[in-house]
Amino acid sequence: MADTSLATPVPVPRISRNGLLFALLGGLALWLPLVQFKANRIVAGEGLSLPGALPGGAGWGFVCLVILLLAAGLLYRLPLGWRLGLALIGLAAVILSLGLAAKGLTPEGNRVVRVAPASGFWMLLLAFGLMGTDALSRLHLSRKARWAVLCISLGLIWLCLASGLLNETSVMVEYRARADLFSRSLWQHLTLAFGSLAMALLIGLPLGIMVFLIPKLRRGVLGVLNVLQTIPSLALFGIMIPVFGWIALNVPGAAQIGVAGIGLFPALMALFFYSLLPVVSNTLVGLRTVDPAVHDAAFGLGLTQRQVLFQVQLPLALPVVLAAVRIVLVQNIGLAVIAGLIGGGGFGSFVFQGLNQTAMDLILLGALPTILLALVAGVALDLMVEAISPKKGNVT
Amino acid sequence: MIRIENLSKTYGDTTVVQPVSLTIEKGHIAALVGTSGSGKTTLLRMINRLVEPSSGKVWIGDEDAATIAPHLLRRRIGYAIQGHGLFPHRTLAQNIAMVPQLLGWKPRDISDRVDELLTLFQLDPARFRDRMPHQLSGGQQQRVGVARALAARPEVLLMDEPFGALDPVIRAKAQDDLRDIQRQLGTTLVIVTHDMEEAVTLGDRIAVMDKGVLLQYGPPTEILTHPATPFVEALIGKAERPFRLLSLSHIGDIAVPGEAEGPALPRDTSARDALAQCLWLGRDRLAVQGGGVVTLEALRTRAKGDGA
Repeated sequence: MADTSLATPVPVPRISRNGLLFALLGGLALWLPLVQFKANRIVAGEGLSLPGALPGGAGWGFVCLVILLLAAGLLYRLPLGWRLGLALIGLAAVILSLGLAAKGLTPEGNRVVRVAPASGFWMLLLAFGLMGTDALSRLHLSRKARWAVLCISLGLIWLCLASGLLNETSVMVEYRARADLFSRSLWQHLTLAFGSLAMALLIGLPLGIMVFLIPKLRRGVLGVLNVLQTIPSLALFGIMIPVFGWIALNVPGAAQIGVAGIGLFPALMALFFYSLLPVVSNTLVGLRTVDPAVHDAAFGLGLTQRQVLFQVQLPLALPVVLAAVRIVLVQNIGLAVIAGLIGGGGFGSFVFQGLNQTAMDLILLGALPTILLALVAGVALDLMVEAISPKKGNVT
Repeated sequence: MIRIENLSKTYGDTTVVQPVSLTIEKGHIAALVGTSGSGKTTLLRMINRLVEPSSGKVWIGDEDAATIAPHLLRRRIGYAIQGHGLFPHRTLAQNIAMVPQLLGWKPRDISDRVDELLTLFQLDPARFRDRMPHQLSGGQQQRVGVARALAARPEVLLMDEPFGALDPVIRAKAQDDLRDIQRQLGTTLVIVTHDMEEAVTLGDRIAVMDKGVLLQYGPPTEILTHPATPFVEALIGKAERPFRLLSLSHIGDIAVPGEAEGPALPRDTSARDALAQCLWLGRDRLAVQGGGVVTLEALRTRAKGDGA
């Protein structure tokens, strides 16, 4: 130990470990095909890696740019702002190369040929995406700045799509063939995710408060919800289709208010059932974590049970309840895809159609916006939870 | 005035408080002392009905506490506890304003009262009104806890180990301040503590409890000089007894005519501090401000509990 500390340090340039990971990812991606060129949307295609996918020497230009960016990311002392800049340039380059490859490879006027993003594209996107989020998280931005980052990112994505840069890529070709259906699916998807969340809050919050106030009910209620949570979604549909179908047929008025064995209603109910446990248990946990001294003082000062609940316990439990909202919303945006199975609409209908037709591009048309929605909802709700959590604000 | 008549509490088969009767005069401080599990906290909590008595009565002034709705009763009685129990999501002003708000005071009056109390507890209203509890030190939080309990000018204040979480230096200061404020406001105060020192410092009367039984209730001198049972004696601590007795009297009260060298001590210096001075300076008499001396002989007599 003593020896090493006394020895004169040999000046070895230090390498950023994260940068090394991103460089390895990106380097590997350059060997993989950037795009798949397919004669039509169903057949297996031929993979083309970055230099070959672009017309003329442009491909090599992009390869050099990517290598340069990844190498710069290795520098240990690179400021975080620069690192973020590198990542943004990298992302722009990768997306541009995809757009240019699609344009170059599609013969003029040909509507059958498909150019789909392939593994190399996704890995480059991942490498630069990670580089960017790594820099962002280490910048320790204020809440306001992070809201701004979220909005700017969405704006950039919109710009990419609206500019027509990616118009010749396979996913966008699929989109243009279904533009109407897409906006309807988006609407249905949001209805499913937010509708089930609203129902879960409407029922789950009072239920959580009730099991908090009446400890005897806890075991039973949480037990039932736990079992509900473990039923696989397909099995749940299997149970619901005959039950709701029967109700719709035999209970007067049920069909009028939307009860049905298939379609939006059972999908909404399934998501609602899955949401109940997180909402109820987080409400209970939030209420139980209120400091006993605060609880005791509130009663001692002469607040009634109702006043203690609404003025002290619920406000203090709010961050934990909002954490449940975050879990449920992100979970439901993802789970809502299964609604496609029973005619419930949403992005799931693209995914399952794509699976049936072995049309990968159609699956992506359903999957990519779902992922984006979940990401945005997760980040936005994290920011909200943070805003109302106590002891974080440095007001002095 | 608080009068407790045959008050007891039973949970199933276990009796946590055997029937207790005692009276606390208006404007006095009663200290309930005992080890943990002695029933002292339960006794305190029966006064504002946070615990419903199994039998017996509590009279607040000439009103039977059982005839008042619990939440209304508690709004008339101040309540401060260990760990202060401040609402972490409310500012100091909102914390202090809690009971006046429940009582429907006018906003102007509430705001004036908050400033008055913050000033009384040496917290500058302009700086502290809008702070959150977690931004304060432990001692400041504790003071706000007491200020909140006093907000609606209750005649009675109940405190459960209010200084339990404070370090010794801040604690002594907090006790002095509490005593001053209590004298100033004339509040009747019941304080629960496990610390005999604190009970002797604060209490006009001390109630010693053990295993749910009230063993002795009387002025500190009586408890110290004539402990009723071996348990009370053990709680006092034989080694500490003379010093506790000394801490109860001021040198102004035991001064005799005479002359002594050295600077004169204020008349409200405790006999305990005077003894320490004698020992430290190696003298057998000290000058007292306003004339006279306090002698080592007089201090010795006091320490044996004589002439109280």
